[in-house]
Amino acid sequence: MSLDLDIHLNRGRFTLELKATAPAGVTVIFGPSGCGKTTLLRAVAGLESVDRGQIVIDGSDMTERPAHRRAVGYLFQEPRLLPHLNVLRNLKFAQKMGRKVTEQSFDEVITLLELGHLLDRAPFALSGGEAQRVALGRALLSAPKCLCLDEPLSALDQELKHRILPYLERLRDRTDIPILYVTHDAAEMARLADHIVLMQAGRCLLSGPAEAVLSDPAAVPYLGVRAAGTVISGQVMAPDPTTGLAVVGFDGGQLILPELTQNKGCNIRIRILAQDIVLARDKPSGLSALNVFEGIITQLHSGQGPGVMVQFKTGNTLFLARVTQYSSRKMELAVGQNIFAIVKATAFDPAGIGT
Amino acid sequence: MSWFSVTPVELDALRLSLWVALVAVALSLPFAVAVAYVLARFNFWGHGLLNALVHLPLVLPPVVTGYLLLVIFGRKGSFGPVLEALGLKLAFTSAGAALAAAVMAFPLIVRAIRLALEAVDPRLEEAAGTLGASPIKVFAFVTLPLILPGLIAGAVVGFAKALGEFGATITFVSNIPGETQTLASAIYAMLQVPGQEAVVGRMIVLSLILSFGALLLSEILARKMVRR
Repeated sequence: MSLDLDIHLNRGRFTLELKATAPAGVTVIFGPSGCGKTTLLRAVAGLESVDRGQIVIDGSDMTERPAHRRAVGYLFQEPRLLPHLNVLRNLKFAQKMGRKVTEQSFDEVITLLELGHLLDRAPFALSGGEAQRVALGRALLSAPKCLCLDEPLSALDQELKHRILPYLERLRDRTDIPILYVTHDAAEMARLADHIVLMQAGRCLLSGPAEAVLSDPAAVPYLGVRAAGTVISGQVMAPDPTTGLAVVGFDGGQLILPELTQNKGCNIRIRILAQDIVLARDKPSGLSALNVFEGIITQLHSGQGPGVMVQFKTGNTLFLARVTQYSSRKMELAVGQNIFAIVKATAFDPAGIGT
Repeated sequence: MSWFSVTPVELDALRLSLWVALVAVALSLPFAVAVAYVLARFNFWGHGLLNALVHLPLVLPPVVTGYLLLVIFGRKGSFGPVLEALGLKLAFTSAGAALAAAVMAFPLIVRAIRLALEAVDPRLEEAAGTLGASPIKVFAFVTLPLILPGLIAGAVVGFAKALGEFGATITFVSNIPGETQTLASAIYAMLQVPGQEAVVGRMIVLSLILSFGALLLSEILARKMVRR
């Protein structure tokens, strides 16, 4: 299944013009506030009419269909649970409205989001995180052909965010429909995205597979230099026998981390921020940092600021490192050159590690 | 004859009052919901005009409202003959009394429902739409249940207003015992006759019981709604 968008929409001073394709999996729409992310999602769901263009979901043209006939599940920034119905009736609302939902998928969603103990509660008796989980479950139980998640975690505090993210990861890994996920949090994007659409002022700047966009130095100004960094896919290996530290194998080498909650054999994604990587021309020795790997510089990108983004490749894995222009000149960095990258084991933010 | 034995005239007035009030509320309610919805949800040219028109019976002297009803629905009025040809005679009939009471109660019912509608979060209705509910289903399964307390409050206030309506009723349908004589007009009629204090007293007690009962009922219903 996939979602093909060609949207032209004008609202006074604001114009949204976007052409994109979202395949199955999570497509993160990323951009600053007011760039039209929410408007885009609302247009997909039929909550906002387009002036021109086409919205094709799973091969059927939905452009002229009203919201209730589009089969787009929508999770708003706030839960919007129906206050006069309990959790169970909220979850079954779409079914009551005629959407075809099987008992099996009902049980699956209850298990996936751990909603079993909440079913007879009233919405006002739920915590923020619980309510948002119920709202997600309700959207899933509307037999959607496409899901729109509009900053679903923005109203939650950090701790709750990290409790709900694993549910979203599980959802991403189990479903085969396109999921549009709006956020302006780079860490959230790094954890969940299969594909990324970078937006600014109603237009798409850059789009593509998550690894490609995140490792593209040209994308850095839009993500913010402090949020720039690549996502490495790897597999959890046996802990290091002598030190007991966690080891993750990736295409090109191994990473050593202080600890991991995931079990051996598990596939994980690790976000490494560009500012956490130190570069060296020669193989360093006598370092406290545990991760040193060799790579070849594939791109250099100096922006308007004092920094230079260095993209390098180890095996088939792309990394981004941020150094100052001064260091770059002193080290005479150039494309095609061999360098050594140094990453402290403790540099990995547990929040940036997902499945 | 003891003070407590109710005469047929009083019973008729009581029965008629109840009938008139119930019919008036039942007739007004669907229109009131529609008008309240239009007023609460849409902004259009003539919004203020419609609003003023709905509230007119509230501010006009009831006699004027009654007279206007006579002009419009009377035997020689604009629509009277048409309605009479269809078998519906309004002037000087109990059906006319119900119409007068409905017109007088209408603004109060609309007001209560409109307030309830304005308190409904449109974002909930939008969410229901994405879950497959057509606009009609959204109204039936989301909006209506959410405004139910306001709807009941409006119906009770309307019922009480219809029960006590006097001016428009007596102007439009007169004061015919057994046909258009409600409790209010019966009390008025009896007050004109010397020596009828007992009858008046009994009918006042009946009015008190009815009004009090309506208020109690609305309270109980409102509490049940909250508990749900």
